[in-house]
Amino acid sequence: MNSIKRRPTLQQQDTRTAWLLLAPSLVVMLGVTLWPVISTFILSFFHVPTGINQVRTFVGFGNYLEMLRDQTFWETIGRTLYFTVVSVGLELILGLAIAQLIHSRPWGWQFLRFSLIIPWAVPTIVNGAMWRWIYSADFGALNGLLMQLGLIKHYIPWLTLPNVAMNLVIVADIWHTMPFVALVLQAALAAIPDDLDEAASVDGANAWQRFWQIRVPLLRPAILVALIVRTVDAFRVFDIVYILTSGGPAYKTMTITYLTYLNSFAFGKQGTGAALSFLISVFTIIMAFVYIKFLYRPEETQ
Amino acid sequence: MSFRKFSRKFFVSLLTIPVFFFIFFPVLWLFSASLSTQVELFTVPPHWIPQHPTFQNYLDIFFPSLAASSVPRTFAIALMNSIKIASAVTIICILIGSLAAYALTRIPFKFNRPIQFGIIATRMIPEVSLVLPLFIIASSLRLINKPIVLILTYMSFALPYAIWLMAAYFQTVPVELEDAARLDGCSRLGILFRVVMPISVPGLVSTAMFVFLLAWDEFFYALIFTSTLTAKTVPVAIAEFVGRYVVNINGMMAGGILAAVPPVLVALIFQRYIVRGMTAGAVKG
Repeated sequence: MNSIKRRPTLQQQDTRTAWLLLAPSLVVMLGVTLWPVISTFILSFFHVPTGINQVRTFVGFGNYLEMLRDQTFWETIGRTLYFTVVSVGLELILGLAIAQLIHSRPWGWQFLRFSLIIPWAVPTIVNGAMWRWIYSADFGALNGLLMQLGLIKHYIPWLTLPNVAMNLVIVADIWHTMPFVALVLQAALAAIPDDLDEAASVDGANAWQRFWQIRVPLLRPAILVALIVRTVDAFRVFDIVYILTSGGPAYKTMTITYLTYLNSFAFGKQGTGAALSFLISVFTIIMAFVYIKFLYRPEETQ
Repeated sequence: MSFRKFSRKFFVSLLTIPVFFFIFFPVLWLFSASLSTQVELFTVPPHWIPQHPTFQNYLDIFFPSLAASSVPRTFAIALMNSIKIASAVTIICILIGSLAAYALTRIPFKFNRPIQFGIIATRMIPEVSLVLPLFIIASSLRLINKPIVLILTYMSFALPYAIWLMAAYFQTVPVELEDAARLDGCSRLGILFRVVMPISVPGLVSTAMFVFLLAWDEFFYALIFTSTLTAKTVPVAIAEFVGRYVVNINGMMAGGILAAVPPVLVALIFQRYIVRGMTAGAVKG
């Protein structure tokens, strides 16, 4: 009976090999990504009491409704958007300016490009700690510098000023992340053929016009990449806020991820934390769709 | 060079000065402060260059048994933890990620495209959306404060990133080479290990660099999952000391510099891969 076994076709062999090769990675990702993301979503419909052996109670959209009625939530969303828009906006402007500066080949342009890697590579927490010390009221470099320039008469506790703190967090974040934007845009600028520029120059376009009407449109894909990567990261900012201000003074630098962290691990409101983190995911997934739709075009790269 | 060209270059070059200042002032000040004594650090107006520079803060971290305070001791251990965890994550990602990346770039099968999309989407999921269930299960398995919990959870962001980067490199390997090997009777696995991998060594090295940097930089999971010295990483150690008023603030600054040195060095050595890695999979050059 079945003595003649059909040999699998090449196609079938390939499919089997593919699954074999993918198996270890897929197992890991199911365990540390897919399962937790679904669990978090389910958790967001429960009231989760602190303490062991307590029973979770199903509350439906209760956590979401509670969150949406909470003034703190809306203020936090506003603050997070402020952080995202201002910091990504400034990074883009500065990054584009520096990319163009390098492209103009000043003396030491290679060293400038090399130097940009340093802030990018400094770990986020070290960056946060460094700026916390720079802003320090007792010995900070900012106070020292302003004092020696004669701009202030006595040291100022910068990070405790409610209307200033968030902007100082933004400066610290820009120092760390702007080089990414500058390096990406610089590489894209270098890839634009020179003859386009020369042709426009012959046609009487000045440097300003050439920048805005030739280079910037050609940079569009690179700008989009930088913009989306940075927006997603900035919206879920946590590390630098944690170390610089811990959300203070008086919640003035509280961002949405930080609020989620507090709910989940400090206030003992895991259900609310799960609901909040689901909202962050939704935003991120929307950005991911934009990312894929506009930027991921495998057919065109061949 | 004409005078006009020269003066133009001169003015453009002047513009680099504020940029250099913005880049270097913070790190140079931090470095200078790490060489100062506590007394000098608190001088008003500040001494930008310490008058009595000392390497004591660094020596304390390298020889923690001789140090007076607990800061350098904690730091020395946290550095070792960070090195172990980041290396383990890197090795696992390269090993299992390269297999997956090869399957996705070279073997057409039904679920190829959906899995690729899944991997890209995974990269976008924030850690905060994964941490609660992971924390609950890690607690019940008594894995809190064990290095293994960080190695596993770091996979959530490191592995998709590694697969994505390596897939981009594998795509640059000419298919003709593989076809030739196939005609010679080489299996898929044989092709991967004897043809594709050797050619992609630069890609694998730079992927390893990126994964190492990501793992070294990670703070959120480390904060949640570790609090004792058995697994605490450098970012957690720094955050802990910065939070309270520490007597040995210069020791912390030396620690900060030391935590920044490995990633900065690695990044500078591999600088030509960086921009490629930053945008890999998004815009291909």
